[in-house]
Amino acid sequence: MAEARAIDGRSMVRRKAGLRLWLSAGWLGLLCVVALFAPWIAPKDPLAQDLFLGRLPPFWMEGAEPGYWLGTDSLGRDVLSRIIHGARVALAVALIAGTITCLVGATLGLLAGFLRGWVDLVISRLIDIWMAFPPVLFSILLIAVLGPGLVSIIIAIVVIDWTRFARVVRAEAMAQGAMDYVASARVAGRGRLGTMMREILPNVLPTIVVLLTLEMGIAVIVEAILSFVNLSISTDDPTWGGMISEGRTSVHQAWWVLVFPLVTLFLTVLAFSQLGEGLKDRFDPVLR
Amino acid sequence: MSFLQVRNLSVRLKKGPPLLRRVSLDVAAGEVRGLVGESGAGKSMIGKAVLGILPPSIEVTEGEILLDGVDLLRLPLAQRRRRIGALCALIPQDPLTALNPSHRIGPQITDRLVDILGWTRADADRRAGELLAEVQIPDPDRVLRSYPHELSGGMRQRILIASAFAAEPKLIVADEPTTALDVTVQKQILKLIAGMQARHGTALLFVTHDLGVVSKVCQRLSVLYAGMVVEDTSVADFFAAPRHAYSAALLAATPKYTDPSAGLIPVPEAVISAVQAEVAAFDRSVAHG
Repeated sequence: MAEARAIDGRSMVRRKAGLRLWLSAGWLGLLCVVALFAPWIAPKDPLAQDLFLGRLPPFWMEGAEPGYWLGTDSLGRDVLSRIIHGARVALAVALIAGTITCLVGATLGLLAGFLRGWVDLVISRLIDIWMAFPPVLFSILLIAVLGPGLVSIIIAIVVIDWTRFARVVRAEAMAQGAMDYVASARVAGRGRLGTMMREILPNVLPTIVVLLTLEMGIAVIVEAILSFVNLSISTDDPTWGGMISEGRTSVHQAWWVLVFPLVTLFLTVLAFSQLGEGLKDRFDPVLR
Repeated sequence: MSFLQVRNLSVRLKKGPPLLRRVSLDVAAGEVRGLVGESGAGKSMIGKAVLGILPPSIEVTEGEILLDGVDLLRLPLAQRRRRIGALCALIPQDPLTALNPSHRIGPQITDRLVDILGWTRADADRRAGELLAEVQIPDPDRVLRSYPHELSGGMRQRILIASAFAAEPKLIVADEPTTALDVTVQKQILKLIAGMQARHGTALLFVTHDLGVVSKVCQRLSVLYAGMVVEDTSVADFFAAPRHAYSAALLAATPKYTDPSAGLIPVPEAVISAVQAEVAAFDRSVAHG
C-alpha cells in the first residue's frame, strides 16, 4: 500500500514537471517560428506609418479596424506586426548572448573550481572586482563606447554577466572536486583536464543548463532595458523594449501599445526560467 | 625488499603544523597492513600521500615513498601518475560519493582500462563482467547498465572493490572501506576484500579506526598518534601484548559487546599526556636538528 502510494507520488511529480516543460518549450518554440518567418506571418509592414490610423484599439474594442488585431501606435504602425518582428531581435540576443556568456563564465568557473590554486585566485579576484561595478551603468557605458547595434548589446551582456556563471559553476565544481570519484580517477592516472571534462563537467551540467536558460531570459530583459533608454539597435527596427518606451508616453490614450509588448516580454522571460527548471527536473541524474 | 616502503615521511599544511611526523612503514607484496589511530591521527593522509592525491593545501616536507623500489616523490608528475595508475588502486571510504552519478557503472569500470591502460573495449567489458561476478553481484549485465543511484550502498561498495581490482594492481589503499556501511553489510564487505586480496595476491594498506576489523584482515599493523607511528608490529603480537602504552589503551577502549554493562572505557588522561609529550619532544628535536 505504502509502496503503491510512493510510486504514485513520484509519477505525479514527474507529470507536473512535464507540464511546465511543455508549456514553456511550447511558448518559446512558437516564438522561434514566428521570429524565423516574421515577414510572412506579420499581417502588416511593421514600419509602415499611417497617421489616419493612429492609436487604433485592439480588435474587441469599439473603433477597431479589421486587420489591426492588437491595434496601432500613435504613428499608425501595427502593434502585432511590431511584436512579431521584435521577437527576432529578442531571440537573437537571448540565444547568442546567453550561449556566449555561458561558455565564457562556465569555463572560467570550472577552471577556478577544479584547478584551485593560483588559477582560482586570479579568477575569483576578477569576479569580485567585476561585481563591484553597477551592471546597468556598466552596460550603458559599454554601449556608449561601442556604439549601438546588435553586436554591442551581445558584447555588453557577455561582459557583464559572465560572473553569474563563473561564481555558481566554481562553487559546484569545487564541491564535485572533493568527491571520492575524482580521487579514484586521479589515482587511475587520468590527467587534470581529462578528470575535469569526464568526472566534473557532467555533474555540473544540469546547473549550467538552468543558468543558461535563466541567462537567456535576462538577456531579453537587458536588451529591452537598453532599447528603453534608446541604446539598443537602430531605432527603425522594432524591439519590445523600444515599443514599451514609446507606449509609455501615450499610456493614457492607448494602453495597448505598452501592455502587449510588456506581456510578451514577461511571458518569454518566464518561459526561459521555467524551461531551465523543467529540464533540470527531467535530466538531473540525482533527481531522475 | 618490501613492495611499498615509506621512509621518514613528513607532511604538513602549507606554512602550518605538521600532519605526519617522519612516518616509516613497509608493506610487503601480498601483505595486508592496517593503519589505526583516532580521527586526525593522519591514517588517511598516509594513503593519500602514497597515491599522490594529497589536497593542494598540503605539502610533503621530507621523506621517501618507494613503490617497487622507485621513489615516487622524485619522479616528474606525469611519470608518477603513470606509475601509480599502473601499480595502485583506491577503495574509497564512502560508496555514495565514490561513483560518478552521471555515468553508468560499466563505463566507470572500463573507461580507465581503455583510455589509460590501452585495453581493447571488448577485453575491458569482459573483465568488468567477470569482476562483478567475482564480487557476487547478481545479474552483472543489468548492474553494468545501471546508474549509481539505482543501487544500494553495499552494492556500490562491491562495485568499487571490483573496480579497484580491475587492472590487477600490486597495491590497494583501502580508506575506511566499511565505515559508511551498516554492521551487517560491513562483515560481508570485509570478507569480500580479504578474499579478493588473498586470491589476487595484492598488497593492501588498510586504513581503519576499528581494531576488530584489523584483527580480521590484517597481518601487520601501524598505530598512529598525531602523525607519529607509535607502534609497528604484527597483528598477533599486538593483540597478545601491545608494547606502547597508547596502543594498549586504544585496545582496552575497544567496546566489548559481550558485556553491555561494562560501558565505554576512554583512553586515560595520563596516557594521552604521555604520548603528547613524546610528540612535543619529537618536534623539539626536529626544530633543533
